[in-house]
Amino acid sequence: MELLGLVNYALFMAIFICIYALLALGLNIQWGFAGLFNAGIAGFFAVGAYTSAILTTAMDPDRIGGFDLHFIVGWIGAMLAAALVAWPIGKICLRFRSDYLAIASIGIAEIIRLVIKSEPALTNGARGIASIPRPAGDIGYMESQIAYLAIVLVVLIAAYILVERQFNAPWGRMMRAIRDNEGAAKAMGKDVEFRRLEAFIFGAALMGLGGALFAHFNRSITPEAIDPMVATFLVWIMLILGGSGNNRGAILGAAVVWIIWSVSEIATDRLPHEYAVQAKYIRLFLIGLMLQLVLRFRPEGLLPEPLRGDLRSTKPGADR
Amino acid sequence: MELFELLNFYVIPGIVLGSIYALGAVGITLIFAILRYAHLAHGDLATLGAFIALAVVTGLGVSPLVALPVAILATAAVAVGIDKVFYEHLRERPKIVTVMASLGIALMVRSVIQVVWGVDTETYSRGIVRPEDYFGLRIRDREIYTVVALIVLVGGLQLFLTRSKWGKAMRAMSDNPNLALLSGIDNKKVVMLTWVIAGGLCAASGFFLGLNTELKSMMGWYMLLPMFAAAILGGVGRVEGAVLGGLIVGIAEELSVLVIPSEYKAAMAFVILLFMLLVRPTGLLKGKVL
Repeated sequence: MELLGLVNYALFMAIFICIYALLALGLNIQWGFAGLFNAGIAGFFAVGAYTSAILTTAMDPDRIGGFDLHFIVGWIGAMLAAALVAWPIGKICLRFRSDYLAIASIGIAEIIRLVIKSEPALTNGARGIASIPRPAGDIGYMESQIAYLAIVLVVLIAAYILVERQFNAPWGRMMRAIRDNEGAAKAMGKDVEFRRLEAFIFGAALMGLGGALFAHFNRSITPEAIDPMVATFLVWIMLILGGSGNNRGAILGAAVVWIIWSVSEIATDRLPHEYAVQAKYIRLFLIGLMLQLVLRFRPEGLLPEPLRGDLRSTKPGADR
Repeated sequence: MELFELLNFYVIPGIVLGSIYALGAVGITLIFAILRYAHLAHGDLATLGAFIALAVVTGLGVSPLVALPVAILATAAVAVGIDKVFYEHLRERPKIVTVMASLGIALMVRSVIQVVWGVDTETYSRGIVRPEDYFGLRIRDREIYTVVALIVLVGGLQLFLTRSKWGKAMRAMSDNPNLALLSGIDNKKVVMLTWVIAGGLCAASGFFLGLNTELKSMMGWYMLLPMFAAAILGGVGRVEGAVLGGLIVGIAEELSVLVIPSEYKAAMAFVILLFMLLVRPTGLLKGKVL
């Protein structure tokens, strides 16, 4: 029985790590490839989650939809919706330095939060959308958890392969050129604004997919399902700690940070109630401190960004 | 009567809210122009200032207005400390790294507030304050204090920036950092002064928000977007622009409930921000664009 609980917990954690790894991959496209600061990850996550929920749930007279579509349609819809939200913001803000995007992305996350709270016709208000179908959800509990983990893993691996391919392709090289020296890239005739917009939209679409995977796993989505600030921040620390610009680093960071985060939650849950609330905020403080320490002492992260150009121009090992 | 209704219920609260935003926006605009990054922890520093004042009020039993200077000094010290410990060593790296660090600082400052003061709503004084009648305009004392504080603090800052040696040094750093450094301006002192001013104004902003409404641990974070909208609306680097921008954003938010559902009041700042970036990124008073 004890073992079963442990296995169940591990499965639960693995699914969450995969979902967060998707978000970190999305952020890696934006920050790691293109140097775009997105502080509204939770907003795109929520858009994806609600879009997929609306598309796949059964008909409900109280709100728009349920369209009762296949979950694949829901997930594609989630990506499209998140990309669609990202487009105008990127269009307006990417002409300027990334600081403006940072502010605007905080704004868009805030607006999305407001819409979710105050448009019951769309999101069913505070009660949220329930009974979202989970793929392979009608078999036994444990089997269903395992099946869902497999599905999420397949999605994550597919996303990883595609993003990695993109990273090594000329497109990825161009993005890094734009990130590292905008002026030079412009002089080479690259359309900097448009390319940044591409990166921003691709990243947002992956975040939307992460939201959809979360909603289907949870079988419901409510405005309180995730704390926007905490989720956004966790994804940031995952990417920075793992190594921005390195897709494997993003996934590793997601695993490390999520394990630390949820194990510390177990520890604080054992505290008496009056300390438990405070302990939650102490954890937040420590995660903020962790970011400061990583930025100061290991800004390249656990797995630094690979520098392929050096390998080609110098003999292997010559730089050591 | 229609006019007085408009003034009493929308314009006056708008001016008060705008003054609060303006106090914070001045700090944001200075940091943006002199240190050259968006400081995302500004809102939470304002919350900290408000809660420090609360600690003084409850601890010593003095009136809130006496606690204000203490809060300003303490928050200024905290701001300088945060800069020394967390931002200073990032100065040689791309500025966006400091923006990220400031997002982390926002979380850290907020969690300190939540640990020390909890997450419940607090007030400086209990009971309902009835507004006084001035020729049909209904104004509360605290609303007058807010506007007066804005005028005094920003007026003093403007004098400092235009008349004193260090104020001129700050403006020089904002206009052309290379030239300023070359002519022998001490960068460290300018940075420290900027944080003292920004931190102090931040505390005042949070304090007056708490005085006019209530104190909540999230209040500063929600104020961040309007403050940035105000700074960009007025023109980055322009102190008088930040004040103008703050007042416009505040009044626009209060008036917006006449046309859009009140839940979306907070969206007003965002709309103004995007609109300005779209049509006139230098702001109303020709600030700079980074």
